[in-house]
Amino acid sequence: MTGIRATDVAVIGAGPAGLAAAVAAVDKGANVLLLERDARPGGILQQCVHNGFGLHYFGEELTGPEYAARFAGEAARRADRVSFLPDTMALSLDSDRTITAVSPREGPLTIKPGAVVLAMGCRERARGALGIAGTRPAGVYTAGAAQRLVNLDGYLPGRRVVILGSGDIGLIMARRLTWEGAKVLMVCELMPYSSGLNRNIVQCLRDYDIPLYFNTTVSRVHGSERVEAVTVVKVDGKRQAIPGTERVVECDTLLLSVGLMPENELTRMAGIQLDPVTGGAVVDERRQTSLPGVFACGNVLQVHDLVDHVSREAEIAGRYAAGYAKAGTLPMPKLSVSAEGFTRYVVPQRISAEPEGMVDLYFRVGDAVKPARLTVRTADGKTILTRRKKAMTPGEMEHVKVDVSKLTGDVVVVTEAVGNV
Amino acid sequence: MSDSITMGGGKREFICIVCPVGCPLKAEGDGDAVKVTGNACPRGAVYGRQEYLRPMRVVTSNAAVQGGDRPLVSVKTSGEIEKARIPDALARIRGLIVSAPVEIGQILIDDLAGAPLVATAAVGKV
Ligand SMILES: Cc1cc2nc3c(=O)[nH]c(=O)nc-3n(C[C@H](O)[C@H](O)[C@H](O)COP(=O)(O)OP(=O)(O)OC[C@H]3O[C@@H](n4cnc5c(N)ncnc54)[C@H](O)[C@@H]3O)c2cc1C
Ligand code: SF4
Repeated sequence: MTGIRATDVAVIGAGPAGLAAAVAAVDKGANVLLLERDARPGGILQQCVHNGFGLHYFGEELTGPEYAARFAGEAARRADRVSFLPDTMALSLDSDRTITAVSPREGPLTIKPGAVVLAMGCRERARGALGIAGTRPAGVYTAGAAQRLVNLDGYLPGRRVVILGSGDIGLIMARRLTWEGAKVLMVCELMPYSSGLNRNIVQCLRDYDIPLYFNTTVSRVHGSERVEAVTVVKVDGKRQAIPGTERVVECDTLLLSVGLMPENELTRMAGIQLDPVTGGAVVDERRQTSLPGVFACGNVLQVHDLVDHVSREAEIAGRYAAGYAKAGTLPMPKLSVSAEGFTRYVVPQRISAEPEGMVDLYFRVGDAVKPARLTVRTADGKTILTRRKKAMTPGEMEHVKVDVSKLTGDVVVVTEAVGNV
Repeated sequence: MSDSITMGGGKREFICIVCPVGCPLKAEGDGDAVKVTGNACPRGAVYGRQEYLRPMRVVTSNAAVQGGDRPLVSVKTSGEIEKARIPDALARIRGLIVSAPVEIGQILIDDLAGAPLVATAAVGKV
């Protein structure tokens, strides 16, 4: 055993969230231990070689590795206060904030930090979560696993590809594989719309004449050793397969891009309250979870589509984690924030007893609304603000700034459809 | 692929990608005079005209690295190139072998279909 390590703030995960949180904590005077199970910092961005990152944060379009490198550079410049522990996997988190971790270099580690920032990112939903029938041959990948193979290892996962799911990762992979010489036969989408950005539909599918079929799913995988074909089927309004619409498509690869799930094993171990809709912790505007001194940010808190928002959220978490480490306490939650109408969830879910200044409420709608009216009101009926939006879609996270000094009660974020009754 | 030809007349349809509304655009023209309809705002007209006349894209990919602590380095064209020239650009990237170390931002090809190709990550030497 390598004794017990004390630190002001321990950050678990060195993706964009963990890096930004570490930098922000140092800038508030904390010493930071940054744990990362991978050999390098950067998280999922290392394999996202396409561009489109950083437009909000840096005002320019960067690729994933470039965006990550900027934050890794900021952390490296603070090397006297940030100890980066690569190849280090956090195994458990206790309710007294003790972390156990293991690394080949240091062996088992026990860390007793003043505060913890959870920044473990998310995981892709795999075939098991979908219940697709048929055989279990090689050639079924999650889109992110395929992305890693192509972009980090230099392997093409297959030559004739069907993609299930039209979120951005699926769309990006359609173009990536096409560019590497594979034939992407189609993208199937269970819903009647894509949660991906228009830009990706245009530049990743239309540019290469790759068909996108809505209300369509994959019901069966064929093949013994390797995928030989998949059965594609139309679904009705209740997302049930419509008999007689099955079609067998010959292919050697099926990519699944069917959603991400926050990776909250450690959070659960510590007994922290989770939000069943986001899959992440319930937090207040400082990103403090229900366990005092433990903060969460990035995809482990809510699945983000823009890394720019990840960085901003992480800076909040890092800053207040440093504050907690110093003071040993922060104001506890007082008000709750909830979703109504088309609003599916809101983060933060709580507002503390002493909120400071303006607070950004992040939320998503559960269905496409065009045009929409957004209202933030208190549960006792006082309207705080209203906005009209040309369009809101589940694929794009929205946010609204609220002056928290005006709050007299619990907050409700309402999205309604307008005009087109 | 119907919309990859530069110039050329006739009517073509695009989805505007400038904002989330995604207006369906129709563009028609001969030579440099292009009429765009379906756009709810002026930004759509600018985009539609460009898409009609000369669609431009950024290309991102990976290049092989020799003697590095990783087998690949991610790369991008440092500006947009003509969409019609993407296949050429990809073929040249595929033929490229870079020697480690590679700096982020290092120019790997001076002129790849009209823009420099640069490394978007650093790769150390082994
Ligand atoms: C395929 C794909 C395409 C995307 N495209 C875009 C885009 O075009 N534009 C855009 O703005 N955003 C995009 N995003 C979103 C953006 O990349 C993510 O929102 C962002 O990377 C999330 O950052 P994070 O730090 O929360 O998580 P991650 O990047 O996933 O980092 C989490 C880190 O935690 C580490 N970790 C996890 N558990 C442990 C543990 N127990 N111990 C130690 N370390 C641990 C992991 O190894 C990882 O390094 C994309 C995401 C994906 C997956
Ligand atoms: S035309 Fe204007 S409103 Fe329509 S999608 Fe383009 S930018 Fe948006």
